[in-house]
Order: sequence, then C-alpha cells, then structure tokens
Amino acid sequence: MKLITAVVKPHRLDEIKEALQAFGVHGLTVTEASGYGRQRGHTEVYRGAEYTVDLVPKIRIEVLVEDDDAEQLVDVVVKAARTGKIGDGKVWSVPVETAVRVRTGERGPDAL
Amino acid sequence: MAPAITLAAEAPKLSAANTGFMLICSALVMLMTPGLAFFYGGMVRVKSTLNMLMMSFISLGIVTILWVLYGFSMAFGTDSGSLIGWNSDWVGLTGVDKGELWGTYNIPLLAFMVFQLMFAIITPALISGALADRVKFSAWALFIALWATIVYFPVAHWVWGEGGWAFDMGVIDFAGGTAVHINAGAAALGVILVIGKRVGFKRDPMRPHSLPLVMLGAGLLWFGWFGFNAGSWLGNDDGVGTLMFVNTQVATAAAMLAWLAYEKIRHGAFTTLGAASGAVAGLVAITPAGGSVTPMGAIAVGAIAGVLCAMAVGLKYKFGYDDSLDVVGVHLVGGIAGSILIGFFASGKGQSDATGVFYGDHTFDQLWKQLAGVGGVLAYSLIVSAILAFVLHKTIGMRVSEDEEVAGIDQAEHAETAYDFSGAGGGAAKTAVTAPVAAAASKKVDA
Repeated sequence: MKLITAVVKPHRLDEIKEALQAFGVHGLTVTEASGYGRQRGHTEVYRGAEYTVDLVPKIRIEVLVEDDDAEQLVDVVVKAARTGKIGDGKVWSVPVETAVRVRTGERGPDAL
Repeated sequence: MAPAITLAAEAPKLSAANTGFMLICSALVMLMTPGLAFFYGGMVRVKSTLNMLMMSFISLGIVTILWVLYGFSMAFGTDSGSLIGWNSDWVGLTGVDKGELWGTYNIPLLAFMVFQLMFAIITPALISGALADRVKFSAWALFIALWATIVYFPVAHWVWGEGGWAFDMGVIDFAGGTAVHINAGAAALGVILVIGKRVGFKRDPMRPHSLPLVMLGAGLLWFGWFGFNAGSWLGNDDGVGTLMFVNTQVATAAAMLAWLAYEKIRHGAFTTLGAASGAVAGLVAITPAGGSVTPMGAIAVGAIAGVLCAMAVGLKYKFGYDDSLDVVGVHLVGGIAGSILIGFFASGKGQSDATGVFYGDHTFDQLWKQLAGVGGVLAYSLIVSAILAFVLHKTIGMRVSEDEEVAGIDQAEHAETAYDFSGAGGGAAKTAVTAPVAAAASKKVDA
C-alpha cells in the first residue's frame, strides 16, 4: 500500500475530489495547512507599516491506495490540482506497512 | 464654547426644540465612546481586545460620577484667575433646579451639563489608544480620575468657560479641537514617554486583529460626531449648528479620500484602516474649525489634515516612541491642523466675524490666537500628564509584568478572553459549566 499526500491550493479541492471519485477512490482525508515554497507569501500594509505574511493557506489531502494504483493516482491528483501558476503545491507517495479498518478489524488492501 | 446669542433684552425661555436637540446630541456623543472602544479594539492583537474596550468603557463610569460631583463646577463655574471655575451650587448638582436655564440660552442647565459630560468622558478614553496592551487596569482607572481632575476640567474651563484665558483671548475651538483632541493627544505622548514601549515594539508583528471592528467603530464615531459638533452651538435657531453639521460631513469625506490617495501613492493600496483613520482625522480637524469655515474651507481642512495625519502615523517608528494606535498621529496632529487652519480659513460668516489670513482683512490676528491656544494646551497637558504618569508609575506601577503582557493583558487583568478559538477537546467550557465555583476558587489560589 501507498499513502499519497498532496499539499495544494485550497480552491482545487473539488476538482481533486471529483478526479479521485472518477478513478474509484472511496475515501480521503483533508486538513487545512499552511506553508510556502518558492513563491513565499505576500505583503500587507497597516497605516504604512508593512507586514510580510510568509505562510500561505493550503490544503493537505491524504489517500491510501494499493501499490499498483499509486503511480497513476499521483498523476490524477497532479492533473486535477494544476493551475499552471506558481504555488500549485506538491504531491508525493510513501509506502505504508499496515492499514486497519477500525469498525471491522480488516487489514491490508481489504481495509481500503 | 460658542459665545452667547443675544436676541432681545427679554429673559430666555426654555425651548422644547433646542432642549430636545441637545438631549439627542448628548446621546449621540455618548455613543462615540463605545464607538471609540471598537475602533481601538479592532486595532489591537486578539489577546488585548477586551482590555482596549474596557479602557474606553470605564471612562463612562468614572468621569460621569466625577463630573456630577465637582467636574462641571470646575469647568463651567465662576472663573478664578482665568484658570479654573467653581460654583458650589453645582457640586453634586445640589443647588440645580430642573427648570433652571443655562446662562442666556434657552436650554436647561442640566442639558448643557450632560452634553458637556459626554465630552469629558471621551477625552480620557482617547488617550488609551496610545497605551494599548501594557497598562494595569487599576492604574488606568486611577489615571483617568486624576487626569480628568487636574487636566481636563481646567482645560475645558480655559477654552469654553467664561473667564478662561483662551476663551477671553478669542481662541476659536468650536467643539473641542483644543480641549479634547490636542489635550488627549498631548497627554498620550506624555504618558508613553514615561511608561515606555510595548514588549516587541518594532520587532514583533502587531497587526490589527479585526478591521471590521475598526470600521464599525469609525462608523459609530462619524455618526456620533454630528452630535459632538452640531450640538456645540447649544441650539439650532440660527443655522450655525447646521453649517457645522454640513462641514463635519464634508471635511470627513475629504480627509478619507486624501488619506487613501496618500496611501495609494506611498504604499500602493487603498486600505480599510486608511479609510477609517482618514475619516477620524477629518472629524478631529473639523471639530474646532467647522463653525467658522465655509464648506469649501471644510474640504481644504479635511484634505490637509488627512494627508498630514497619514504622514504623521509613521513618526513613531522614526522616533521610537510607541504610540500604539496613533493617538498622537491622528488626534494631536489632526487637532493642531484644524485649530491652526482656522487662522487661514475662518470666513467671518459662521460662528463669529473673526477672519483668517485668506479672508476679510487678510490679517494674522486669528492665527496668532489659535497658535497661543494650541501651544498653551499642548504644553500643559503634555507636562502634567507625564508627571502624573511618572508618579503613578513609581508608586502603584503603571505596567503589567512582562510575562503578563506577552501572554495577553485580557487574561491577566480581566480574567477573560475576547474569542473562543478552542477546537475539538479544547477550551474551558466544560469546567466552567459544571463547576463555576471551584474554577473561580482555584483561580484565586493561583493568583
């Protein structure tokens, strides 16, 4: 199994959800996050005093998938998240040792 | 205050219209103090919101009582040496009949008393913006009581009381540019020079936590200011109060636009805080001048004050004094601008026939008078306020501890926080609901 994590722009969530559903993914976890990459943040001005806001709002999406699907699913997420502008985010996958469905106790691919 | 209107030799009779007008104006001015509380409250960080609101609100309590006990008598009683008034009938209002009229005006003395009370309330509240985040509430309450007694009541007498030196000299201060705004702004500067900067000044970000609250406050101030200014003619028989109402609106609009234009050129954006601040700067500047300038003059006064104040708010970073919410930059500078511009723009067609440099005989007479009024009040308020703050600072202490300041003055001084940000499983709700007494008791032990 693999855990796919995407840290992307918040307004792409709907597209990503739809793409995942079309692919056949049943569930996902979404967290509000903040951070910056190369684009950094922005500047705000209050009575002439300038404040640099480094951290930009992002969402973090996590999906557990079977090994065979992982590569293809990463592409699906990347495609759905892309706007072509700076700050689109990152997607990565890491191996997962165990997954358990809490309600039934099923393990491994059955738990997905 | 405006000179008496002499209509005829017969004794004035109570006018229901003017009395009603004055009571409504008094209520409008009252609303300015909670409006100011929101204006300031939105500009501080989350952790000191309540303290900022309370520093204004407490003035409604303290100054009201002092005004009834002796303040009104000190400000508007019989003059002594051009410096202070006194009238023992007015102490505690013991000798005042409900139907007694105010001087030669046709409104009750009590209506004038309560209108002026609202000015006495908001003036010390204005100072608090410079002291955000760091002053003990008890010390602030004591400061208000002493400052009102030693500074505000005498200065109100100088400017508006018959026999007061500025009043007799012919200094024009229609509704409080000198007595209220220069007075409060100079006091703010005096106090912060004594008590020092906030922890992290110029280092930590201290951006306003809620600009919508700032806008709400600015809107309430603008609304209430019509009472503050138009009511200061003490009646509406001859149109001067109406001129003042119009000028208030016009100057405020001009100042808001001027501040925004300055900001756009200087910093690249039209900011919300700039719009609110520009409006307040215009209101401050037109306060002394509105009874003596034309609406075109009001545009000039507002626009000049808007730009000057927008430039002035940056001075604290340059000179290193921590005027947290720019009381000096907006109220002192705006008040000075409005008072001095009377010397240029007084048209002779408003509250009096005094004319400025641009009108009448083009003399500097009125300008010198205005400068004398500005200088006298500024110096007295700055010095006495600094001494007062110094004495309090050395005795009971003006500031909370550094730890309390960093953790947030709301919790330390008021045992409350403004907002509940607790997420899942966080917050204090459960303890408070099930065991309020136990929680309160443990709090005391901790302290």
